[in-house]
Order: sequence, then C-alpha cells, then structure tokens
Amino acid sequence: MAAERAPEGIRLVGRYTLLCIVAFVVLFPAYTTVIGALKPSGKLLDNPLLPDAFTLDVLQQAWTDGRLGRYLFNSFVVAAIITVCQVVTSVLSGYAFSMLDYPGRGALFVLFLSTMLVPLEATLVVNRRTVGDLGWLNTYQGLAIPFAATAFGTFLVRQAFLGLPSELRDAARIDGAGHLTFLRHVAVPLVRPTLGALGLFSFLSSWNQYLWPNLITTDDDMNTVQSGLNALRQASLQSPNLVMAGTVIAAVPIVIVLLVFQKALVRGLTAGAVKG
Amino acid sequence: MASRSSARQRWRQLPAALALLAPSLIVLGTFVIYPLVKAVVLGQQRCDANGLNCRSNGWDQYWDALRSVQFQNALWVTVKFALFTVPLGLVLGVGLAMLAHKTLSGVGVFRTIFSSTVATSVAVASLMWFFLLQPDVGSLANVGWLNEIFPTLKRPGLLRDSGTALWSVALSSVWASLGFTFILVTAGLQSIPDDLHEAAAIDGATGTTRFWKITLPLLGPTLLFVVIVLTTRAFQAYGEIDLLTDGGPQPGDTTTTLTYLTYGSNSIIASDDGLRATTAVLLFGVLLVLSMVQLRLVGRRVHYGGD
Repeated sequence: MAAERAPEGIRLVGRYTLLCIVAFVVLFPAYTTVIGALKPSGKLLDNPLLPDAFTLDVLQQAWTDGRLGRYLFNSFVVAAIITVCQVVTSVLSGYAFSMLDYPGRGALFVLFLSTMLVPLEATLVVNRRTVGDLGWLNTYQGLAIPFAATAFGTFLVRQAFLGLPSELRDAARIDGAGHLTFLRHVAVPLVRPTLGALGLFSFLSSWNQYLWPNLITTDDDMNTVQSGLNALRQASLQSPNLVMAGTVIAAVPIVIVLLVFQKALVRGLTAGAVKG
Repeated sequence: MASRSSARQRWRQLPAALALLAPSLIVLGTFVIYPLVKAVVLGQQRCDANGLNCRSNGWDQYWDALRSVQFQNALWVTVKFALFTVPLGLVLGVGLAMLAHKTLSGVGVFRTIFSSTVATSVAVASLMWFFLLQPDVGSLANVGWLNEIFPTLKRPGLLRDSGTALWSVALSSVWASLGFTFILVTAGLQSIPDDLHEAAAIDGATGTTRFWKITLPLLGPTLLFVVIVLTTRAFQAYGEIDLLTDGGPQPGDTTTTLTYLTYGSNSIIASDDGLRATTAVLLFGVLLVLSMVQLRLVGRRVHYGGD
C-alpha cells in the first residue's frame, strides 16, 4: 500500500461525494427499469423516477404471460450445449496440437488460428441458409451447433497442455496408457482451472448472443432470453411495465453467475490485457 | 510437447491426430470457413424476395455496393459511432478506475457498482435505455421539469430525432461497455508498483504530473487493448441499434451501421441474400484492415511496454 499523506477531511468528503454521484449515474438506467418493473400497470408514469408503488404481480406476469420462464429455459439449454461442446472439442484438438507430432501440424494450427480473424458477422448470412437447408431453424441444434468448436478454446487448452511436464506422457506410455486414457486420467484433471475458465467464458458469451438467435428463430417457443426480449418488446408501448419486468428477469441469471465467479472472471478478462 | 520423433513415428500419429481434430474441423469448416468462401461467391449474386433463384451479377456487384449511397452512409455511421464510443468509453473507464483506485474504506462497494454493467447483455442494456429515452413511456421523457429544459426528450424523443439518435444509441453502448473497461483499467492500475509514485512524490511531483508521467504511460498496454476491443465492438454493433432505433429515424437511415445494413429487418437489402452477402464480405474486409492496424500497433508496443 502507498504511504500516502493523510488526506484532509474535506478532500475525503469530496471524494466520497464524487464516488456517490458517479455510482448514482452508473446505476440510473438499471434503477429506473427495476422500479418500473415493481410498479403496478398504470402507475408507471406518475412519478417515473421514484419507487412510489410496489407489486410483484408484473414480474409474475412477465414470467408466465411474457414467457420469460420459457426463454430462460431455452437459453440455459443452448448455453449448456455450447459450453459442453466447446470444452470437449477444445480438449481434443488442443491435445492434438500439443501432445502429438505429425506431418501438417503447423499448417493445420495456422488454419485454426486464422478462423479467429473471421468475424461472426461475415458468416451468418450463409450460416442462416445452411441451417435452413439442414432443417434446423427453430431448433436447439441450430442455435448451438454452429458454435460447438472454437479456435480460441483450442488455443487456450493447447497452451495449458504445453505447460505440463513431458515426463508425464512418457511415464504414462511406459505404463501402457493410450492417448485417450492419458487424456482422461492425467491431462484433463491437471488443466481443470483452464477448462473452468473456458467453460465460464463459453457460457457467458453464448448466453449473451443476440444476432444469431434473432436470425434463425421464428417460433416463439424457441426464443432465447435475448431474442425473447426482442419479441416481448412489441408490447412495450401497451404494457411497458411488463417489458421492464422481463428485462429485470433476463438480467438476474448473469448477475448471479458473475457474483459467484467474480474472481475467476476478473482474472480471465484481464489475462490478455495486463500481461500482454 | 512430444519429443522429436522419426518421420515414421510422425506419420503413425497422423490418424489419431485427425480423429481428435475431426469434431473441431467439421464445425469450423462448416460454420466458419465454408460460409466465408460461399459469401464471397454469393456476394456476386442478386436473389429474389425469398432469397432464392440467385443469379450472378459478376464481381461488379462489389464495386456497385461500395459506391452505393447506402453502403457509404452505413460506413460513415459506423465510423461516427466508433469515434464517439471508443474515446468516451476509454476516458470514462480511466476516470472511474482512478476515482475508485485510492484505498478508501468502502471503495469495494463502488468498484462493484462501477463494474456492474458487465452483467447486462446487449438486449438487457438496450431495453433499459429504451425505457429511459422513449418519448411516450420512457422515464426521462415523463419528468416534467426535465422536459422543459430539454424539449427534445418528449418531442420527438432523443431516439427519433435524427440529430440525436446515433449519439443516444452510442451512449447506451458506452454504458454497456463501461464495466468491462473499468475492470481492465483497474487491473492495469493495480499492476503499477507503488514505489514509482512514492519516489516521484518525494522528488516533488504533484498528483497531476504523476498521472501524466507515470500512470498513463504504464497503462499503455492496457489502454491499447481496451481501444482494440471497443473499436471491434463498435464495428460489430447490432443489438442496440435493432432494439433502440431499427436503423432509423427515417429518412436517412441515421443509425444504420454496416452490421445493421447487413442483418437488420428494416434494412433496405433485408430480403436479398446476395446483397447481404456482398455487404457481409465488405464488412469482413473492413474488420480485417482494422485487425491489421491493431496488430501493427500491438507489435510496435513491444519495444517500450509490456513485460
């Protein structure tokens, strides 16, 4: 800690005042939505900035009539499929790029890495057609399978495997363990922290996807939370409270995930930035 | 890493390697590489209203699209959007991080609040701003005294006035990214050793001097990373535009960015997969140029920064 000179009382008050004002401004958009969601219909616009009425009815209505329950379920299924697939495919390909030596490895690795340069936005027009041809519009597989593998995950797991001592593989080979046995019983348990970080990242980014679910979902039963909010938005002028309540419900799961995994997430976010 | 092995041993490992790579290769091949190649081909074609019966228009379609008013407008809107969101997001992120960096009791609460917007998806953040700014049901537009100061809030509404719509959307985007920027800059600040500041303070450097001469230069790598991420986000911005303005207000497509032009349901090319592929490929080109510039910048940084 810095050996700062003791701040004078006035400067301290000034700093806290400034912190409070800024905190108020940062929270303001969320604040107005939350108090709006807790007001009964019709009372919304009397005092839009004050929590002067309270009910849980609108939240309940958003859950059932607004179908937030269904949307959350869909998002959860899709994010879970993507997370599991990304971790598994990354482990397999990460292993192939670190523990095996074969002709063409370098070229294949460059091919993998180059897919990181292709932005999602460049591919979705064609992917929409592909998924349509496969008959996967309005299905979980349509929402999830295009994201079942990532070069980023492969790269991450490869780095973790490269950090393992090579004696491990040699010892396992002498004991007669094949690649899959070694992978399952030795390599994967040792890189568990990396896989956890990858899983968290996969889950959050697939949960937050907006464009793709909107492109391939026309059946309201298959909307994720994000595309479901877009569908619910049609009601925003007739029953604004309902849409506000839907917005609040949609935000809750990620708030919980972030509170639980706060430390891991900050580590993950800053890994690329500070260390360079 | 496998130790250097003979050519025969290497060939023997090939089948196992291909089997392990197969799932990733199939997915990346089908949903990243094939669509990119196919988009380049499809981008020469015009399709009917159902996206079918695409006929080749030749490579000229790319030139026609580049020269079209719609594309140039969308590119300009995107650039304006980036020029607003990137510097403002950076300055606010550094400001908040500096403000919450001092060791004060209770500063943890403020750190949590300042990082809180990472918890919002683009849909959640945009709807929050929708209910702030929308003229009929929005909170700000229905506060009497605020309306008297800023009549635009109610008539026509910040999101419907072609002078303010883009900046309002951009502001919501800055807000949504603020938590992310704050977390990164805070981590950057924490990695600066305290003794540097102490030594400078003993030599008589004021707080302002220390900020410009020590803090900012040492934050360099972090700030560069923030700029890269914010710029990429700005060029890919879609959800906030779809939810807040639908690319409008019309006429003029005031908030139609490149991504909205390609994918938006209100876009002028929404029903023509050929033209959408054209703009998707051009968007890819723009982002590729951007990545190259970023790579050069990051490469140069190694000379005087980083570990």
